[in-house]
Amino acid sequence: MRVGLFIPCYIDQFYPQIGIATLELLEKLGCDVSFPLNQTCCGQPMANSGFAALSKGCDKNFVANFRGFDYIVGPSGSCVLHLKEHLHDDQFPGEAEHIRKHVYELTEFLVDILKVEKLDVSFPHKVGLHNSCHGQRGLHLSSMSEQMLPAFSKPEKLLGMVNGLQLSMPARPDECCGFGGTFCVFEEAVSVKMGKDRIEEHEANGVEYITGYDESCLMHLEGILKRKGSPIKTIHIAEILNGKA
Amino acid sequence: MSNTLNHAQAAANFIADEPRTNWHNETLWFVRQKRDKAAHGLPEWEKLREWASQIKNHTLSHLDEYLIEFEKNAKANGVQVHWAANGDEHNRIVYNIIQQNNVTKIVKSKSMLTEECGMNEFLHEKGIDIVDTDLGERIVQFRKEPPSHIVLPAIHLKKKDVSDTFHEHLHTEKDNHDPQYLTEAARQHLREKFIEAELAMTGVNFAVAETGAFVVCTNEGNADMGAHAAPIHIACMGFEKIIPKAEHLSVFLRLLARSATGQPITTYSSHFMKPRPGQQVHIVIVDNERSKQLGRTDFKNSLKCIRCAACFNTCPVYRRSGGHSYHTAVAGPIGSILNPNIDMRANADLPFASTLCGSCSNVCPVKIDIHDQLWKWRQVLVAEGYVDTTKKIGLKGMAYLFAKPGLYRFAGKAGRAVMRIFPFLVNNKLNAWYKQREMPAPPKQSFRDWYIKNKKS
Repeated sequence: MRVGLFIPCYIDQFYPQIGIATLELLEKLGCDVSFPLNQTCCGQPMANSGFAALSKGCDKNFVANFRGFDYIVGPSGSCVLHLKEHLHDDQFPGEAEHIRKHVYELTEFLVDILKVEKLDVSFPHKVGLHNSCHGQRGLHLSSMSEQMLPAFSKPEKLLGMVNGLQLSMPARPDECCGFGGTFCVFEEAVSVKMGKDRIEEHEANGVEYITGYDESCLMHLEGILKRKGSPIKTIHIAEILNGKA
Repeated sequence: MSNTLNHAQAAANFIADEPRTNWHNETLWFVRQKRDKAAHGLPEWEKLREWASQIKNHTLSHLDEYLIEFEKNAKANGVQVHWAANGDEHNRIVYNIIQQNNVTKIVKSKSMLTEECGMNEFLHEKGIDIVDTDLGERIVQFRKEPPSHIVLPAIHLKKKDVSDTFHEHLHTEKDNHDPQYLTEAARQHLREKFIEAELAMTGVNFAVAETGAFVVCTNEGNADMGAHAAPIHIACMGFEKIIPKAEHLSVFLRLLARSATGQPITTYSSHFMKPRPGQQVHIVIVDNERSKQLGRTDFKNSLKCIRCAACFNTCPVYRRSGGHSYHTAVAGPIGSILNPNIDMRANADLPFASTLCGSCSNVCPVKIDIHDQLWKWRQVLVAEGYVDTTKKIGLKGMAYLFAKPGLYRFAGKAGRAVMRIFPFLVNNKLNAWYKQREMPAPPKQSFRDWYIKNKKS
């Protein structure tokens, strides 16, 4: 199985350890992984700000980098959702379509394609899970509190395989953290207030870590946690799943 | 709208009072939880939403037929039907009825349409004052404020605010915050208004094409008090309130109150069909840019809305910014997809007042894809030039950078170096991120650098 590793731009630049954990984890699970060297961004920051028309060059570059893989996997729900919904290339429409249909967020790839049932890792800590909206409501990584449908959660299933990990969910299990892409600066006051409220619920649970499948949300929460000098740390789910036995 | 604050500015002012913001957030979340509980009580909930959505989709694509059918049947019932192309025409129709009948005492139960048309202000200028009889509406009317929520118009106010307002206008005891005392004062005050009213106005929740009847849902019974006591009844409706058959009410009435407040049904679901002997009943059917929205393929189905406000209550942005920050009659997520249609320039900020979390679309009882439409409105607003230049320059630059891998890598490396060596260049007041958040620590090597060093053979 040839997997193209998609590392979102801000993870590439600011959180290389998440890229490393994702790569190592996929290799451990038997995937033949390559990282196309000329990848940049999925195009989401432009599109969500109303400039989807400007992301053609970015899309083209993405298709040029990721054509020909069986699967494309990335550790970010929102970037993957954006690709699934909006990736187009006039010159290579078939390739773009193949990518849209075969791009996966890491936890859904582990659960749905690799069908992981067991992981030999431990993380003896109290951990809170942040359900990021695009992964949850867009990619259906878990059931949603608004809908009256059977409950499930791919990230929770994986965290349940980690020895010693004590999972605790915040009182509002799927409220948005307020990151929202450029929303976080153009609606700074609401964005930060939403983040503070998320953190308060995790604090009430006494967690040591907040984890999730979208580093953008975690980056926003981390920024607020650090500013208030909180002992709670953020950690991407790939880092936990790729941990030590 | 030039002197109106945009959503981000108004929201920042609202949040400046953090305890009040917390209270607002908690209060509306409580309503959302009541909605969840009510929806959980119906195993067929998701099916009901689907049916409602399909009935509305069908109706919107046969709107001309159903509106004409409704008019014919309403007229046969003895109801006078008026058509208004816009808010002005609506207001003039109402004014004419008032003048022709030479009335001065008018009560109105809650109608977001009359808010949308600015009717109270229009009539006030003509020397006619209307008494809003919904408790929340009456409170904001005393305060000369617009409603901040389409179902809970005074939800931005606390008991103390209501007590102060009633003390001023109804001479209740100062600092008596007892809800029962305050409500009783409003009740006595409104009872007088109902008794002396010569004309009653109501909104319309559902207009049934096959019978020519219409349904008004309230919890206070104020629509009924007005309409049954006064000799003239004017009901105003946006043209999307039409449903084909009476049996469709069995879908919508089950969804409406559960979605709105978590009640199985509103206390009063009143069906109006024929005038009483000697009574006049008028219906004003209003377009006011709705036909334009109907012609926008991407936004047409926003007209399915039944005004339950479930999207308000679930919206994490609305709960923390208050209804007035949306500076429009209909606030919240649904307002943010309806109002740009009415005035793109004035409401260009609204589709951006969202994180696109998608909770609104999930609670919507008629399955409007609200968050997708917010995304699509952003594209339209940018294409039409309603976005400020700094944002445009920034995003154009970003698009250019991401299309050029070499340049992206250079910029990334240079940016991280600048952040490490000259952190004050980013850690300052000009950076909105940094105001209340630390920046991520910039590592020396990117993932790509690591990959080339460690993995690439």
